[in-house]
Amino acid sequence: MSANTALAEKYRNNFLKEIEEQVEMGDWVKMCMQCGVCSGSCPTNFQSAWEHPPQELFMMIRAGKREEVLTSTSMWNCTSCYNCIVRCPRKLPITHIMHGIAEYAHRIGMAPKMQATRFFSGLFWKNATKTGRVNELKLSMGLYFKDGFAQGVKNGMAMQSVALGLVKAGRLNVMELFGGHKCKDQKGIQAMLKKAYEIERNRKAAKMAG
Amino acid sequence: MAKHEYAFYPGCSSQKGASASNYLTSVEAMCKTLDVKITEIPDWNCCGASIGYAEAGELPRHVMNARNFALSEKNLPGKEIVATCAACWLGARETRERLSHSDTLMNDTREALKEAGLTINEMPNIRHMVEVLIEDIGFDEMKKHVVRPLEGVKIAGYVGCQTNRPFGVDGESFENPQYLDKMVEMVGAQSIPEYEQKVTCCGGALAFSEPEKAQAQIKDIVESAYDHGAEMIVTPCPLCQANVEVYQGQINKRYGTKFDIPVMYYSQLMVVAYGGSAKDAALNGQVIKARRLEEIAAKPVLSRAEGPAKR
Amino acid sequence: MADIKVAAYICKGCGLGDRLDTDALVKIAQKDGKVPLAKSHDFLCNADGVAMIKNDIASEGVTHIMIGACSRRAKTEAFYFPENAVARANLREGVIWIRPDTDEARETTQEMAEDYIRMGCGEVKAMTAPGGNPNTGGSKTMLVVGGGVTGMTTAIEASKTGYPVVLVEKTGALGGWAAKLYKRVPVHEPFKSPADTGVGELVSQVLGDSNIKVYLNATIAKTDGAPGRFVVDVATESGATHTEDIGAIVQATGFTLYDMNKLPELGGGKSPNVVDQAGLEALATAAAAGDGVIRRPSDGQPVKSVVFVQCAGQRDTTGQHLSYCSGYCCNASIKQAMYFKDANPSVDTTIIYTDLRTPGNGEDFYRSAQEKGVIFTKGKVAEVVLNGATSTVKFHDLILDDSNAAVVDVDLVVLATGQVANSGINIDAPAAAAEEAGAEPKVEVKPISILNLTYRQGPDVPQLKQGFTDSHFICFPYETRRTGIYTAGPVRRPMDIAQAREDATGAALKAIQALENAELGRAAHPRSGDLSFPKVRLEGCTQCKRCTVECPFGAIDEDEKRFPVFNESRCRRCGTCMGACPVRVISFENYSVNTVGAQIKAVDIPDEFSEKPRILILACENDAYPALDMAGMSRNEYSAFVRIIPIRCLGSVNTIWITDALNAGYDGVMMMGCKSGDEYQCHFVKGSELGRVRLSKIDDTLKTLNLEKERVRDLEVAITDIERVPEMINKYAAELVAVGPSPFKGF
Ligand code: SF4
Ligand code: SF4
Ligand code: SF4
Ligand code: SF4
Ligand code: SF4
Ligand code: SF4
Repeated sequence: MSANTALAEKYRNNFLKEIEEQVEMGDWVKMCMQCGVCSGSCPTNFQSAWEHPPQELFMMIRAGKREEVLTSTSMWNCTSCYNCIVRCPRKLPITHIMHGIAEYAHRIGMAPKMQATRFFSGLFWKNATKTGRVNELKLSMGLYFKDGFAQGVKNGMAMQSVALGLVKAGRLNVMELFGGHKCKDQKGIQAMLKKAYEIERNRKAAKMAG
Repeated sequence: MAKHEYAFYPGCSSQKGASASNYLTSVEAMCKTLDVKITEIPDWNCCGASIGYAEAGELPRHVMNARNFALSEKNLPGKEIVATCAACWLGARETRERLSHSDTLMNDTREALKEAGLTINEMPNIRHMVEVLIEDIGFDEMKKHVVRPLEGVKIAGYVGCQTNRPFGVDGESFENPQYLDKMVEMVGAQSIPEYEQKVTCCGGALAFSEPEKAQAQIKDIVESAYDHGAEMIVTPCPLCQANVEVYQGQINKRYGTKFDIPVMYYSQLMVVAYGGSAKDAALNGQVIKARRLEEIAAKPVLSRAEGPAKR
Repeated sequence: MADIKVAAYICKGCGLGDRLDTDALVKIAQKDGKVPLAKSHDFLCNADGVAMIKNDIASEGVTHIMIGACSRRAKTEAFYFPENAVARANLREGVIWIRPDTDEARETTQEMAEDYIRMGCGEVKAMTAPGGNPNTGGSKTMLVVGGGVTGMTTAIEASKTGYPVVLVEKTGALGGWAAKLYKRVPVHEPFKSPADTGVGELVSQVLGDSNIKVYLNATIAKTDGAPGRFVVDVATESGATHTEDIGAIVQATGFTLYDMNKLPELGGGKSPNVVDQAGLEALATAAAAGDGVIRRPSDGQPVKSVVFVQCAGQRDTTGQHLSYCSGYCCNASIKQAMYFKDANPSVDTTIIYTDLRTPGNGEDFYRSAQEKGVIFTKGKVAEVVLNGATSTVKFHDLILDDSNAAVVDVDLVVLATGQVANSGINIDAPAAAAEEAGAEPKVEVKPISILNLTYRQGPDVPQLKQGFTDSHFICFPYETRRTGIYTAGPVRRPMDIAQAREDATGAALKAIQALENAELGRAAHPRSGDLSFPKVRLEGCTQCKRCTVECPFGAIDEDEKRFPVFNESRCRRCGTCMGACPVRVISFENYSVNTVGAQIKAVDIPDEFSEKPRILILACENDAYPALDMAGMSRNEYSAFVRIIPIRCLGSVNTIWITDALNAGYDGVMMMGCKSGDEYQCHFVKGSELGRVRLSKIDDTLKTLNLEKERVRDLEVAITDIERVPEMINKYAAELVAVGPSPFKGF
């Protein structure tokens, strides 16, 4: 059984419960009073229509729309602007819930496969944790090549002017591709993170069993 | 001994050759004038910035920040940690809050830190550089050092998101923070308190992954600055700075606009006003050159006698 | 008329002396006012000024006093001369404060003041000092009708204050609706869980109180009399009737749940597994007595999934059901959902609402329910489909805009149906409406009278809308339109237990006030303490019945010879009867057709070439007159051409005043009264409405006089119109200038 089907089975009728136990800050979802302030504050909502603003996502969770929520691109569009958080009258940590749902969808393999932000997010983290510090060039190259080599060249070309500007201003170092910034105690960092993952996995599993 | 001393957390984007390296250069010059000593936390690591959420999960993210806390405690005991990057500051502060409020999380973190041979005994205070400036140094003191006021320059103070929310600077409102306008006035320039896009989101990390969404936001931010007659934009956040500055060309293509407005850090304005050179202020690091500032930076410094500092 | 001696006193304080020629005013009082004694004083309301007046009363035999100073609403304690008739000419708020202090304005300002002195002298001579209603009763016993939470609280509060209580309950036990509740919505910190109802304690408090006499299985067979001397027959089950002497009455007859059988689309009445809130309380009480598990009525299986349908048959816009929100049922459903969650968190509880209304600490309660895992869904329920023991609740999800949303496998559906007032017979209902209701196939339960009043106007207190009793909602919430009878609790408006208890306390205090005033022969609110009362000269009465019909408070009955019988203790002194009487035989000692008529006649009307129009304003003293005074306090100026006469109520305006004024050459008459209609603000409820009805017929009079209809203006004024009223006056004055001077001048 895949992670997803096991979880779907366990929380059969209760997607809300699944979110509460498996998603960071998920136990706040039930406290939403559907006032809509977050949706009205979310930048991505006024520019290009989001699939589902936070209020709607929270209602969908309560209505048990598991598939629709977990495969949505909405959480991935969150810019972490924290507008919603400071305005929510019920003090829901909305930004974190959004990230949490995204992380969960990603964890159980339901997140939209080629969602750019998802890809970037993973890339960022890998990039940051590999050496302990972010390598901005590898990060952007990685993003542009996510859809394959040809698309990567195209994406790269589109962003070429931007990159060139940064290089000229001394703010993007081409030499980074061959090394660049890193922490000294990379080994320590890797060990520490491995442990952290292990603890977190065990806690989530315990909840599911419990 | 310097008047103020802090443990410094520069963050990835401020490293040499990275997108906010000009920020770091100008901050260093600014601190020198203000007699603030910042000592880099040895072997610091990435804060995990909020965009890393998909892969990171909760604990690993906090552990990354906690490692920096532990290193600071070990090497720079008793010092508050100062960050210049909004995302670093926010990420670290969030970790601080969560760990302080959950024993489970704290214990788990300690267990993971052990693997790197580190531990935390005391939770450090996490400060943003603007907090240090406003709260520890104060506007009066900052103003005393102005020897080359940026007279006649109209500057839109773009605060953006993460220095403003969810924590923000003490005493400021989320919807209309004023400190950046006060800083603009402090360096002798003209502020635009009614600049209505001052807390609009620049699109954050989406500028990278979903440019069309972010650029729509950036367009509003820049357009409104123009509408208010601004010659440049100033910001306290590296991501804001980069997003608002470097995509103007693409926005021009997409929307047929003719944006070409420099986007500066507060520290750059201060360095020029404090009599520093274009190099001290890292003006060469601008993708859109700040010609007006370069001109001012080339002018001789007012003698102390005629400077406003005398009063 | 007995010997009267009038004295006029003109004050020079508060700037009056600087702005006005007070010596001239003294002369006007003597010459035009024909007052034998006229004086001015530098500071009339101080001890010396008051002593001067008192001295004149004692040694000069002054009986009637005219004070030319500030508004009659100011300095009432200093100028309190209970043995004398007193009139006040408003020179401060009404003249110098509303006129600019300029040379050009001086002449018209002085003319204004002089007219007010003439008017005051005219008025006071037409008055006598009111002596109080002699027809009093002295019963201090309070009757409380209804033994629920409201009634019991009223009884306890009244008894604690020292008044004996007779409590009549129609069922065999005290406690009412609240006694049937398993638990109540919490009223104390931390507002997180249902609380004990506390009804048991109330019941024992009532039963243990020797000052409270309780009749169970009893109804009111007859209520006769007036405040302070009601005679009430209490009929008990045995057929016996007990007569009680009562001072004042509080009706706390509560509510009935809206009948869920009228909601078949929601499954009401179609399955035992669809209940109303009372039904659920019964299930919860039964469960608590057993193993704590709430069971499905049809087969006794434990309920695993329950759906609450909010606003069932309420807030209805189609006209079929209740149009209002009962206000308490959101909290009640939250509480009931907790019955399930507190016993077993795995029971699925869903509350489907369109708006969740949980004011005040209800928000904490709501949050607590969310914490306990109650699911709140914003939607409108379309249908409850029954399939055997379970049902499907189909609804339109208003957030996701999904019209096919549904909750399936529901064991129990609870309908939040709301409160319908138990207010007795609607005495104002037209007969046709009753017939219409009768034409419906379902047999409507015929309302039975609760109080069985012997009043000419009908056996119960009048209703406003939707069966709730009529009261002045803003100023006098517990009032009814029957003096000395108060309503409290859900019979007045929908409410919860906490509100009902507050209501009960308020009504108890008002009832005490009423019976005390009645004993002293004084009016109840809003003219609390007034000693005047209507006197009728029956010799002149034509038995037209207008007074009996129009009295908003049911104070006037008829005798066998069909003459009006005034029950002074029931009267609020509004003067509506006086305004209604075509032959003008009704009057008060200090307010009559003559007192106002004398003022109208006293005004000096300049000729048509003077370009000084005169406008008469009859201003209601409850709202319009205070608003005018406050306009003065804020120095909002208005025209010097107006002459203002305070009146008790628009209802007291006798049309003779208007025709007299127009005949005398006034250019226009402006009436200022409170808002009338369903959202009335009139302190006498119907007064301003009746006054306006009368006024609407003035057009004919104008036609016979060959006058433009602009000459009479009706204006709704609220007490807050401090800026608007001066504007409206000035606008009207300008309009009249355009119409031209009255042709009656100089006749
Ligand atoms: S602002 Fe908060 S309470 Fe309102 S809809 Fe959004 S999450 Fe819910
Ligand atoms: S933090 Fe994310 S969800 Fe909240 S308003 Fe910003 S973009 Fe929307
Ligand atoms: S308050 Fe009235 S009576 Fe007293 S001095 Fe002023 S105007 Fe005269
Ligand atoms: S209190 Fe709630 S359920 Fe009751 S009528 Fe009002 S909104 Fe509807
Ligand atoms: S109309 Fe007014 S004044 Fe006349 S009897 Fe009725 S309550 Fe009294
Ligand atoms: S209104 Fe006047 S005339 Fe008519 S019944 Fe009453 S007292 Fe008599």
